Order: sequence, then structure tokens, then C-alpha cells
Amino acid sequence: MANDPIHQFQISKILDISIGGLDFSFTNSSLFMVATVAAASGFLAWATSTRSMVPGRAQTVAELSYEFVANTLRSSAGTEGMRFFPLVFSLFMFVLVANLFGMIPFFFTVTSHIIVTFALAMLVIGTVTVYGFMRHGWHFLGLFVPHGVPAAVVPLVSAIEVISFLSRPISLSVRLFANMLAGHITLKVFSGFVATLTGLGALGIFGAILPLAMTVALTALEFLVAFLQAYVFTILTCMYLNDALHPGH
Amino acid sequence: MGSDGAPEGDRIDARLKELKDRLEAERRRDAERRGSGRSDNSGMGQALKLGSEFVAGVLVGAGLGYAIDYYVGTSPWGLIVFLLLGFAAGLLNVLRAAGMVAEPDPHRFKRPPEPPRDDKDT
Repeated sequence: MANDPIHQFQISKILDISIGGLDFSFTNSSLFMVATVAAASGFLAWATSTRSMVPGRAQTVAELSYEFVANTLRSSAGTEGMRFFPLVFSLFMFVLVANLFGMIPFFFTVTSHIIVTFALAMLVIGTVTVYGFMRHGWHFLGLFVPHGVPAAVVPLVSAIEVISFLSRPISLSVRLFANMLAGHITLKVFSGFVATLTGLGALGIFGAILPLAMTVALTALEFLVAFLQAYVFTILTCMYLNDALHPGH
Repeated sequence: MGSDGAPEGDRIDARLKELKDRLEAERRRDAERRGSGRSDNSGMGQALKLGSEFVAGVLVGAGLGYAIDYYVGTSPWGLIVFLLLGFAAGLLNVLRAAGMVAEPDPHRFKRPPEPPRDDKDT
């Protein structure tokens, strides 16, 4: 069906690869991930290639994105957090470019699949856990024992804190995925109304104005969401990294 | 002005340095004031954020309980207890995301009290 709102999220194999009975096929999702990485790194390399003192337009965009992420990281994880800058900046650019790619008609939205966002979130939480233990040893577990809690309720509070910690990758990934999925479905449904109504004759064409206006408004909203979600993902990453740096001493 | 070249240059250098120091101090103060600047002020974003925080807590609690039951064979007690704990963790997540509960790490308590926040995250 032409306007099936879910159809856009279908994974299709482009190159069938199978290693040891496991499916390693190159899909349309992989293609767009490669395209995202290529576009992000290509743009940054091209924009900063001139390295002029007075930046041109492209260089300004590159510098702004650098400053933006650097400020976010510095304000939530401190100057020490800057050692994670490469990770955070890569994540930000990947999510942002993937979201924006999704806004181009007929393009696949990589971030609308929960497994992709979950992998990104696990990367963040994995970094936090590994780095936290590497740097603080068992003191890292102090993260789960808040100060000033009576000894009697410490086990209960710690259990709740542990679950709260474990729920972070889920809330991080669900937020990004749900925003992209919901936004794209809504857009598709409203534009589907336009197509269906115009097929109904003169009155239908008149009636199609309303969903058309809605589609235009939603497109603008979706661009905002694309930026906002990349930002939210980044700032939460920074806050979790802050926990790895200062879990309480 | 400009009658003696070198001292003039020195003075400008000194002033530049002073200005740089002041800018640096101001930036640092600004960064401190913002603290962990959480400010996505879109209502929809806020709603989704709080919703996903809560759901994630409950899901992880239920998942843990189910896994414990499955491997230890204490069905249904693991699920019951961890579902409740997950519910509590979800609520804690929500309150924390809304900035109503202190973060878990005690080093924040050692900081000088924050100046009254001029409300960015409403």
C-alpha cells in the first residue's frame, strides 16, 4: 500500500553476507549509517580544510558545533570531562546527521530503530562503567550508596539506585527512538490524508488543505526534534560521564 | 600616544593579558553557575523524557525480577519484589530528571550552596 506509515522503517538487504551461520548482511540501515558517518566526517574535514583565521560559512558551522559540544561537556562534567570529548562529539554528530538524514524524503531514518539507539546508549553506559571502575576501583560503587542514609535502609536504597542506574541505557535509547519513530509516523499519516482526500474529487481537494498545513507544521517540528534529541542525547551522556569521573569519594 | 613604542606595546600586552584573565574567570563563573545545565525547555520533550525515565525503571525492575525467578526458581517472588523496586526506581528517575531530588553523588553536597536559580528549566 502506498501510504502505509510503517513501511518506511522496513529493513531490506542490499548485500547478503552470512558468516558462520550468522546474518551480517549489508542492509539499507547499514548503508545509511555509512552515509551518515561519511557525511559528518566529510563535512567537518572539508569545512576545516581552509583553517582561515576569519572563518567562512562552513568553518563557522564546524566551529559552532565544536564549541557547542565542548561547552555542554565542560559545564556538566567539568574540564576533566574533556578527555571524553572525541566520544561525545562523535555521538552528537552521528545522531544529529542521522536524524537530519531521516528528514530527507525517501531516506531511511537510522535512529528510528531501537537497536541502533540502544547500541549507542550501551556504548555510553559501558564507557561510564569501565572508566569508573578503572579510575576509582570499588569506590565507584559508592555511586549506589547515597550519603546521609540510615544504615537500616541502605540495602533497599542501594537496590533502587542500582535499578535506576541500569535503567539509564533504556531510557536514553527509548527517548531518541520513540521521538524519531513517532514523528515520522505522524508525518506519514498526515501526508497520507492529503493523498487520500485529493482522490475524492473537488470537495476532497478543498478538505486536503487542513492536513497539508499540518504536514508543513509537523515537518518544521520534526527538524526541531531532530536537533533537540541529538542535544538531549549529548547532555545526558555528559551527565553520566560526570558520574564516572566523580562517583563520590 | 605612540611617542615611545616599546612601553606602549608592553602596556597593551599587559592589558590584553588582564582582559584575558577576566574573561577566563567570567567564563568559569558562568560555567559554575549553570552547574549541570539541563535546559531542554520544550514541553513535549520534557514529557517524553519523564515518561521514558519512569517506564525504563519499571521495565528494568520487571526484567531483573523475571530473570532472577527464571534462574533461581523463586517464582513469583523475584518478579513481585523487583517490580516494586523498579517502580520506586522509576519514580526516583522521574524526580531526579525533574530536578526535585539531589543527584546520588555526594561531591555535590560539598560545593558551596548554589545561588538561587533563575529558572531555566521550567
